Amino acid sequence: MPNLDVFRFEIGAWLEQNCPPEMREPVRDDGDVCWGGRKFKFKSEAQKLWLERCAAKGFTVPDWPKPYGGAGMNASEVKILREEMQRINARPPLSSFGIWMLGPALLKFGTEEQKLYYLNQIARGEIRWCQGYSEPGSGSDLVSLQTYGEDKGDHWVVNGQKIWTSYADQADWIFCLVRTDKTNKYQGISFLLFDMDSPGVTIKPILLISGNSPFCETFFDNVTVPKHQIVGELNRGWDVAKYLLGHEREMISGAGGGDRLNTIGAVAKRNGLEDPLLRAELAMFDVDALAFSALGEKFLDEIKVGKAHPAQPNMIKYAGTELNKRRHELLMAAGGSAALEWDSEGSNGGSKARTWLRTKANSIEGGTSEVMLNVISKRILDLPGA
Amino acid sequence: MALYHTEDQAMLADTARQFMGEEGAIAKQLRHWRDKQSMDGFGRVLWKQFAELGFTGILVSEADGGLGMGHVEAGIVLEEIGRNLTPSPFLTSSVMAATAIGAGNDELRGRYLPGLLAGDSVFAMAIDEGPKHRPERIATRAERAGNGFRLAGSKTFVVYGGSADMLVVAARTAGADGDQDGITLFAVPKDSAGLSQDPIRLVDSSKATHVKLDGVQVYDDAVIGEVDAGRALLNRVLNAGRIGAAAESVGVADGAFDMTTTYLKQRKQFGKLIGEFQALQHRAAHLYSELEIARASVIKAQQLLDATACGKPSQYADLMVSVAKAKVGKVASLAVREGVQMHAGIGMTDEYDIGLYMKRDRALAEFMGDMYYHAERVAQFSGY
Repeated sequence: MPNLDVFRFEIGAWLEQNCPPEMREPVRDDGDVCWGGRKFKFKSEAQKLWLERCAAKGFTVPDWPKPYGGAGMNASEVKILREEMQRINARPPLSSFGIWMLGPALLKFGTEEQKLYYLNQIARGEIRWCQGYSEPGSGSDLVSLQTYGEDKGDHWVVNGQKIWTSYADQADWIFCLVRTDKTNKYQGISFLLFDMDSPGVTIKPILLISGNSPFCETFFDNVTVPKHQIVGELNRGWDVAKYLLGHEREMISGAGGGDRLNTIGAVAKRNGLEDPLLRAELAMFDVDALAFSALGEKFLDEIKVGKAHPAQPNMIKYAGTELNKRRHELLMAAGGSAALEWDSEGSNGGSKARTWLRTKANSIEGGTSEVMLNVISKRILDLPGA
Repeated sequence: MALYHTEDQAMLADTARQFMGEEGAIAKQLRHWRDKQSMDGFGRVLWKQFAELGFTGILVSEADGGLGMGHVEAGIVLEEIGRNLTPSPFLTSSVMAATAIGAGNDELRGRYLPGLLAGDSVFAMAIDEGPKHRPERIATRAERAGNGFRLAGSKTFVVYGGSADMLVVAARTAGADGDQDGITLFAVPKDSAGLSQDPIRLVDSSKATHVKLDGVQVYDDAVIGEVDAGRALLNRVLNAGRIGAAAESVGVADGAFDMTTTYLKQRKQFGKLIGEFQALQHRAAHLYSELEIARASVIKAQQLLDATACGKPSQYADLMVSVAKAKVGKVASLAVREGVQMHAGIGMTDEYDIGLYMKRDRALAEFMGDMYYHAERVAQFSGY
């Protein structure tokens, strides 16, 4: 396909000219990630420039249509862009729940006005989103959620509490599951969008075992939400949520795979690796991680042509998160006492230990491993009573 | 290259699945030859049928009368062989020996390939020298003598050696045991003077031999490829065997898994189908996940090998072949163990097929290196 070769050449040339050298350095920690939003402080001028240049070309969301801030690329073109970015080690210009989660849901369920309004803001990194799903009494059994939106004609008045709201303290808007019919469990939930600066919204960060607070408790006390801020039909928010959970599970699962040039054993060796039994465990892990990478690639290929089982993201989420937890157990073992350091400069603020603890949530957030296994049993294996 | 079968490959898979499910079924082949205590341990008629369907020529070039396909296609046939536990010399003859002979000169290819394509000949691979797969160390020697070489040494785990018309023997023509260089591959006819084979029956009822080479004289025309420089060809043959064995193992694991999930939906205890118990559901779902990952690693490695055909070595392909063989080894073992455990009492009976899957898995796990051997290679390729 010669036109794709031309395309690759053009992309490569554009990246060469426009990606600042600082943005070709590896991402060291969360501070290097560009999340965008009203409250975001760019770490460097280069980070800001890189986002602006990419957004102007639609490269933050290359597969979205142009009117919504994307570049209108097809799957092959997106793959080329990704490969060319990898080739020069370019950082992602923008990371956001808006891109990964809300965007796909809006593309499928949003009205034309909603798409034009929200998607463009997401693509430019102007609005940072958080997700209001879990509640204190509704974790794995999400559909039992109680946060209630009372119908007041042209708006709802929302009362209730969400928990585990990722980065709620840094988010500008929330996409939120709210009960709008107390008589119908599944078909009584609506998918609402609203500003976190609305009167009545209170946010309380939760201190985790990692010593960080990426999650918050979020309280709603008579929050007014205009009727046009609903996505999908009234009381059919569960359909939107399920669709979106699929995307979330794909996103969380992505972390587990291996990188053939940077296997965990190779990483461990840099710090000295003398224990033959640990080395053996690292090797067995690398086998699993590299095999899992092949699965990720296969899944992306299959999903493009509709060959993937619709419940497959649950399997990938399960396997990928369990693998990632194992990866960090082994990295801690390989790191020894140096990996225990909590806030020393040499340990980069205890990043090894904190990351290890953070990964324990991988198999909880977005549906626990046990729930994933239930879904596989029921929807893929068709086991009785599952 | 997308990591799923093309339309042509999907058609081949349909053909292979239907054919093997009917002609290669457990009762018709494995149990039949086992209970008859047949010498070959496989059916010659079935081998002819393989040839009629073109299977024997999948990895033989079109110029030599074959189909000129790749490891993906060979793997499709092997997966069905695995699912039905069909005994056949396909992996050793049509995958490994065919890869070796295909690298030989015109005369050698003309001597051996027509018989293979027709399903008349069987070839065996004589590589291993001890109970574990250690092809880096080859002690069998071939010394220059007259117009050729004299071979001396011993080989083991020579699968279907007793039925083979010719043995592909890896021998050392120069250097010491552990050297990379100095390896040569020879095509040694079964009736060569000084060649003796001790037939053995393995746990899975497949047949193999211990081979003794006691001054076996061969002529120059027995050399496959180049003298002293056979390591690269040997590695290609090994890669073909490894990814082939992995594909067959996927079939074994999938066959055992299908039997087991079917059983979970039929067997009742405590007034319930046992598949309703979450303890079993979760184990089945975990196994499903592992099987999907194993399957993905196999097709990835097959495609990498096919993309680097023409003998060009690729470190990425080598790495992924070992990843696949190790991963499948781990997963297929889990599949057959869970299979027997979930079948419980009847899983221990000879009458029930699930135990046959466990036996076949054990033999395939050893063949061409087990998961420990290949995980070690993954570590070495990764520089640790």
